[in-house]
Parts: sequence; C-alpha cells; structure tokens
Amino acid sequence: MTGEALSVRDMVVVFDEFVALNGVSLSVAQGESFGLVGESGSGKSTLLRAIAGLNSFESGTLTVSGKRYEGHRRDRDFYRTVQMVFQDPYGSLHPRQTVDRLLLEPLAVHGFTDVDARIARALDEVGLGSGFRFRYSHQLSGGQRQRIAIARALILEPKILLLDEPTSALDASIQAEILNLLEQARKDRGLTFLMVSHDLGVVSHMCDRLAVMRKGQMVETVSVEALEKRAFSEDYTRDLLVASEGFRRT
Amino acid sequence: MTPLLTVDDLRVSFPTRTGEVNAVRGVSFTLGRERLGIVGESGSGKSQTGRAIMGLTPGHAKITAKTLSFDGIDLLSASPRTRRDLRGKRVAMILQDPKYSLNPVMPIGRQIIETLQTHEKVSNREARQRALAMLEAVQIRDPERVFDLYPHEVSGGMGQRVMIAMMLVCGPELLIADEPTSALDVTVQLEVLAILDRLVAERGMGLIFISHDLRLVSSFCDRVLVMYAGRVVEELPSANLAAAKHPYTQGLLNCLPTIGSDRHPLPVLERKPEWTQ
Repeated sequence: MTGEALSVRDMVVVFDEFVALNGVSLSVAQGESFGLVGESGSGKSTLLRAIAGLNSFESGTLTVSGKRYEGHRRDRDFYRTVQMVFQDPYGSLHPRQTVDRLLLEPLAVHGFTDVDARIARALDEVGLGSGFRFRYSHQLSGGQRQRIAIARALILEPKILLLDEPTSALDASIQAEILNLLEQARKDRGLTFLMVSHDLGVVSHMCDRLAVMRKGQMVETVSVEALEKRAFSEDYTRDLLVASEGFRRT
Repeated sequence: MTPLLTVDDLRVSFPTRTGEVNAVRGVSFTLGRERLGIVGESGSGKSQTGRAIMGLTPGHAKITAKTLSFDGIDLLSASPRTRRDLRGKRVAMILQDPKYSLNPVMPIGRQIIETLQTHEKVSNREARQRALAMLEAVQIRDPERVFDLYPHEVSGGMGQRVMIAMMLVCGPELLIADEPTSALDVTVQLEVLAILDRLVAERGMGLIFISHDLRLVSSFCDRVLVMYAGRVVEELPSANLAAAKHPYTQGLLNCLPTIGSDRHPLPVLERKPEWTQ
C-alpha cells in the first residue's frame, strides 16, 4: 500500500493566548503506524484532537485521504475514515448506556442497517463475546472498557485510527493484551495508526516512525530502527529514552 | 533487632450483597528499615494491604491477622486514638494522584502545617519554617511562593512533591507509597523517585512501595513481594529478578514492551485458578 493517508502542514492551534501547537507538520503513509511522544503539555493530544475536529485549528492544512479539512468541521465521510480511541476508558464511555447502545450509536449515525450482526461481530473481534452486550460500562474492568472503546471505533470500518494514550490508564499486564489487540486489528484491516503515548517502549513496539514533541513543536522525527541504534540528534529524545529505561540510583 | 513491622496472615474481606469478597487472603511479611516492593495487578490486594497497615480500611470491612504490629504495638487491638497518633506521625502514606489526595480548598503550606501541628506542639512560626524547609528538601525551587498556592495551581509532579513533603514533615519511621508516580509523566517520574529515594535513605525509613510495574519496583526496592488474588505468590530479592520461578512473576516481567525487542505479539499473562489456592 502506498500513498498518503493523512497529512498535516504547519498546523497552529491557539487557546486564548496560549499557542498549543506551533506549526506542526507530519505525513503518515497508508498502512503506516506513526507515534507521537512527549511530556504533558507538549501538544501531542492537541494535535490528535485537532485532526479529529475536537478542537479547531487557526491555520495550516489538514488532508485526509486526499480531502482537505479546516477548523473543526468534519463531514460524515471523515468519521467513516477516521476514528479515535481515548485515554481514559472510565471517562470515554457513557455511564448510563449499555454496551449495545454504545455500539449502536455510530451505526445509527451513519445509517447502517445490519446493526445486530455488526455489533455481535465487533464484540467478537475485541475478544469479549455476546455476554457483554447488555452490560453497563461500570460493570466492566478497565481493560474490558478499553476493548469496548476500540470496538466502537472499529465498528465503522475506518481506515485511520487515532489513539490517544490507549493503554496508559491500564495495568502493565492488561496493556500487553490491548496492544496485541490493536496490532491484530491493524494487520487484519490494513489500518493506519496515529498513536500518542508518553511511553517510548509502547511507541517503539507499535510504530514504524515516531515524532518527539515539545512545547507545541515537533522536535524530531525518527524511525524506530534509528531509535534503537540511538541515531537521533536531539538531547530531549535522549532524556525521554533514559526515562523509559526506568529508575537508576545515582 | 525486632522488625519495624510484622504482618502475619493478614486477611481483609468486604461483605457485599453477593457474599464476601476476600481482597487480601493471608499475607505475611516482616519489614525492617528497608525498602520492600509489593507488585501485582489491579485487584491483587496490594493497596488493601497497605491501607490495612495504615488503618484506612473502610469501616464495614473485616480485618483479621495473627499478628499485625508496628514497633511492638498491636495495630488490630489499638484504640482509635493510638492509631491516630501513629498515622501521619510514625507511619505515613503517599497516595497515587495528588489531584485527588490534596485538599483542594486549602493552600499547600497550611496543609503541611496542619499535619505537623496535629502531631507536635510547635509554634506557628516554627511550623512555617519547617514546612518551608521540607518543601525545599523535595526540591521545590521557590518554597515561599508554593507555600501559598492551592493544589490546582501546581503541576502533577509538583503536587506529588508536596505530598511527599507533607508525609515526611513529621519524620515517620515507615512510609507506604501507593503507586506514587503512576499519575505522572515519565520524565517527571524519575525526578520524584530520585527525591523519594534520597529522603528515604537519608532518614533511614522503612518503605513499602506499591506498584503494578515490576521493573520500576525492582529498580527501587531491596526486596519484592509479588501478589496475585490476595496472596503473595513469590518473594524475591530485586537484584535477582531473572531467577523468578513463579510463572506469574515471569509473566509480569515479560509483558512490558521495551525498546529494541521485537516481540509480536507481546506475551500475555496467564492466570491460573490454582495460583489462588
């Protein structure tokens, strides 16, 4: 697969006076998995949200599958192509809707008719089975909730998945399961991933290339091979790498 | 030398409508002035163990133990008053998220002073001095300014340092840290851990470090207890993690993605019912 799935040129996002993103550009090829790392406030989530239309951007361009988008308006086609999974599985599912209702919503919005079969298939695909269909989200564990969130994103058969720290609220052991699930989905459907994480280990496991962000700017873009060989130029990338190796007594 | 803390056959259970839930089922260990790590997944009972020692278990829960004693004081039969005197003064606990564990409507400095004056008779002036000194000890650059700030005005890393300062201001002998850095950024995590590490070493405290991250715990502690379903499945010195025998411990070690290892898919933890026996 070739061609560009998603491209961002000189994107600027301003909240009141605060410049959250300052001229960020990136291009993700079809079928690629691209990672964004950085500390809190570096703008990595803002970039994802600006792409998804959850916040508006002042200037710059966004192209998804050859179509240009501006501000925060996105048409229905956009959401058929791009779906997002959020960080906190406790906050991203409606507390008073059953799993069935949660999964029905995107199907209803996009006018699907074979909803029953699709919901059953979506649950099956994330390894939950139909026993979970009529439960509420508070009856599920964190890992199971994140599976539902992934099912909700995949049920529209998107081409691009935006992942905003999909495993940082989960235990290390559950994280492995969710990462495997995402990788499998990507393999089966030829998805393109744009994944945000503060954990370099996770990003290097999941992605082919990654960009390091700091203070609203992209510091550096490196391939995972280069990261493994430590062939990067920025000190900040090194700091992150050291941090990901864990605590050392000095 | 008698150990600082003795826990023998600790059990914590919660009555619910569907029967008793046994959160902790027979945990035993002793602790001197050392660093002990407790590792396990959510629901393994690691936090409830810490809370039972601290005396923070909800009132309707049932706690039993053959021995649960701190420095010769039997914690289970101790009066509420004795426990209040211990809590904060000799045993302190750092909680996970400073956003929720600090009082949102009280300036940071006053919260630290409150802890101090609950346990020691000190003048306001001296309390302020000691609170400022403590803020400085956790490497807050401008303690005078931070002293008057409210918790929402500081970052997560700073909030957790304030939490550490508040817990250490009375000079406790035992510190329980329940996931102290899970809510923080990776880069900030290291700073906070370094501060905690230095203070624990300088003051010669006993430390119980509770976390789900086995690697982090092993780099921080002398000894690690691995908990599964309310029981300790393995105890091992952290220098010797590679020698872990229990499949659960090995699973915890292997499930983390690391840079430079090409493992697709990641090994997933097995959970066998016989481990709970």
